Amino acid sequence: MDLSFVILIEMLYAVASLVLISAGLAVVFGMMKVINLAHGEFMMMGGYATITAVGLGVNVFVAMLVIAPIVVGLIGLIVERLVIRHLYGRLVDTMLATWGLSLVFIGIATMIFGNTTTGISTPIPGFAVGDYQINGYNFFIIVVSIALVIAMFAVLRGTRAGLIARGTMQRSDMAAALGYSPDRIYMMTFFCGSALSGLAGAVLAPLVGLVPTSGGAYIAKAFITVIAGGPSLIAGLVSSATSFGLVSQIFTFAISPVIGEVALLIAAVILLRMMPQGITGRFFKGKM
Amino acid sequence: MGRSASQDVLITLVVSAVLIWVMPLLISTYTLTVLVIYGMLGLSLGLIWGFGGILCFGQAAFFGLGAYTYAIAAINIGESTVPMILAVLVPAVFATLLGAMMFYGRLTDVYLGVITLVVTLILFKFVNSTAGPQYVIGKARLGGFNGIPGFQTLNVPGDPDAYVWGDPFFYVCAVALVIVFLLVTWLLRSSFGRIAVGIRENEVRMGLMGYDVAARKTVLFAVGAAIAGLAGALFANWGEIVTPNLFSLGQSAEIIIWCIVGGLGTRLGPIVGAAGLAYLKFMLGQQSMVDNTLITGLILVLFVLFLPRGLVPAIASVLSSIFGRTKRRPNASRTRRARHG
Repeated sequence: MDLSFVILIEMLYAVASLVLISAGLAVVFGMMKVINLAHGEFMMMGGYATITAVGLGVNVFVAMLVIAPIVVGLIGLIVERLVIRHLYGRLVDTMLATWGLSLVFIGIATMIFGNTTTGISTPIPGFAVGDYQINGYNFFIIVVSIALVIAMFAVLRGTRAGLIARGTMQRSDMAAALGYSPDRIYMMTFFCGSALSGLAGAVLAPLVGLVPTSGGAYIAKAFITVIAGGPSLIAGLVSSATSFGLVSQIFTFAISPVIGEVALLIAAVILLRMMPQGITGRFFKGKM
Repeated sequence: MGRSASQDVLITLVVSAVLIWVMPLLISTYTLTVLVIYGMLGLSLGLIWGFGGILCFGQAAFFGLGAYTYAIAAINIGESTVPMILAVLVPAVFATLLGAMMFYGRLTDVYLGVITLVVTLILFKFVNSTAGPQYVIGKARLGGFNGIPGFQTLNVPGDPDAYVWGDPFFYVCAVALVIVFLLVTWLLRSSFGRIAVGIRENEVRMGLMGYDVAARKTVLFAVGAAIAGLAGALFANWGEIVTPNLFSLGQSAEIIIWCIVGGLGTRLGPIVGAAGLAYLKFMLGQQSMVDNTLITGLILVLFVLFLPRGLVPAIASVLSSIFGRTKRRPNASRTRRARHG
C-alpha cells in the first residue's frame, strides 16, 4: 500500500517535471516554430537567477516564481530583438543560431559563476509514508506544473491576448491586416516562452546541482516531448509528457534509472516512427 | 562544374601534395593530424547534408561508433588491419538500419533531426553507464565514462610490432583524406550523386520520375556514416583512448558548425571549416581570458546572421567576380534550400 503510493507520487512527479521542462519550448517551438536549442540554457539561467536572488536574501519562493521568470524573460527579449527576429520562417537557421546562443550562454555563465556546482537546499522538508521517505518538494513541482497547464490554457483560450497570439501564429499577414503588429506579438510570445523556461529552471534548481552546462540535460527531453506531442499545444504537451513519464518510471522501478532514461528515448523513436505528426496529429485533433 | 573529371583529380592531387608538404613546416604534425581527421568528419556530414539534404544531428554517433569499434576489435585481435575495416563497416551497417527505419517511414527535417539526436543520446547514456566489469566484449572492457585506453594502435598491415605513429601517421591520415575526398568527388559526379542532389532539391519530383528515394537516401546516409567511422578509427589511433565524449551532443554540434562556417553544398567547405575552427579552438585553448565556448557560439551566431552561405562559397564568389570567370557555383537559394532539407 505504502509502496504503491510512493510509486504513484513518483510517476506523477516524473510527468509533472516533463511538463515543466517542456512548457517554455512548447510555446517557442510549438507556436512560433523557432527551434530554440538554447532552451536548456534559459532554464540554467533561471536556476542561477534563483540562487543569486536567494543569496541576496530574497525569499526562495519569490525568487523562483517571480524573479527568475522575469530575468530570463528579459534575456529572451534581448535575444529575440538581436538575433531571432531576423530568422523567423527559417527553421534550420533558427536552430543553428540558438545553438550558438546556447554556447554563448554557457561561456558567459562559466565566466561569471565558474565551472563549479552550486545549489540551494529544498525549501520543503520531506515526510514519511509508512516505511518510506518522500521528498515534499515533489508535491510542489506537481502543483506548479498543474497550475502552469491550467494557466496556459486559460490565457490562450480565454483572453484576448491569447486569441491574438494564436491568430498571429497561424496567419501573421491577416493579423497585420487587422491592425496588430506581428513583430510585437512575436516579441511578446518569445518573452512568455523564455519566462516559462526560466520558471522551470528555477523550480527544478533545488533538486539538481547547477553547473553552466546543466542545460544540456533538459534540451533533448524537452524537444522529444514537444515534438512527440504534435501540433496541439497543451493536449500534446500533457499527453506526450504522460506517456514518456510513465514509460521511464516503469523501467526505472523495474530495472534501473539508466534503463529508464534509455527506455524514454527508445519510446520516443518508436512513437515518432509510428506517428510522424505527433500524438495530437492523430488523436485529439483540433484541440488546444 | 566547368572542369572535366581528370582535371579535377589532377588539381586535387597537386594542391593536396603541396599542402601535405608545406603544412608540417607551419604546424606540428601532432596537431595537424587531428585537424585532418576533423576535416574528414566534416566532409562526411557535408556530403549527406550539403548534397543529400539530410540534416543529421547524430554524425558524432557514427564517429564514436567507429572509434569504439576500432578500440574493441583492436584489443581482441591485437592487430590493426581488420579493426580498421570493421570500424568503417559497423557504422555503415548501423546507419543503413537507422536510415532505412527513418527514410522508409518518410520522416523529414525536424523529425529526422530529433531521431538522430535521440539515437546519439541513447548511445552516450548507454556507453557512459557501462563502467561495471560485467560489460565486456571479448577481452575489452567498455569502461563507462573512463573510456577504453591501451589498445593496439595502427600498425603496418600484417606486422603488429611495426607501429605507425608520429609523422608517418600524419601522412597516412592525410592520404586517407585525399582518397576519401576523391571518392566523394567521384560519387557526386556519378549518376547516383546527381540524383541525390535532385532528391535534395525536390523529393516528390524525383519519386515521380521513378527513383527509389528512400533507398537512395539510405545508401547516401550509410556512405556518410562509413566516412565518419573511418575518421573515428583514426581519431582513436591519434588519441590512444576512446571515451563516451565522442558521442556527446557537443561533438555533434561542432560538426554542424564546421559545415555551416565552411559552406554547405561544397566539398571543400566542411573540410576547411573543420580544420580552421579546430585550429582556432586549439589556439584559444592556450589563453584563459575569454571562455572558449563563448567564442565558438559567437562565431556560429554571426555566421548564421551575416554569412549564411559559409566561407568557401563567399570567397569563391568574390574571386570569380574579381577574375570575371563564369564558373557555376552553388548560389544562395540552392544552399538555403539544401538546409531546409
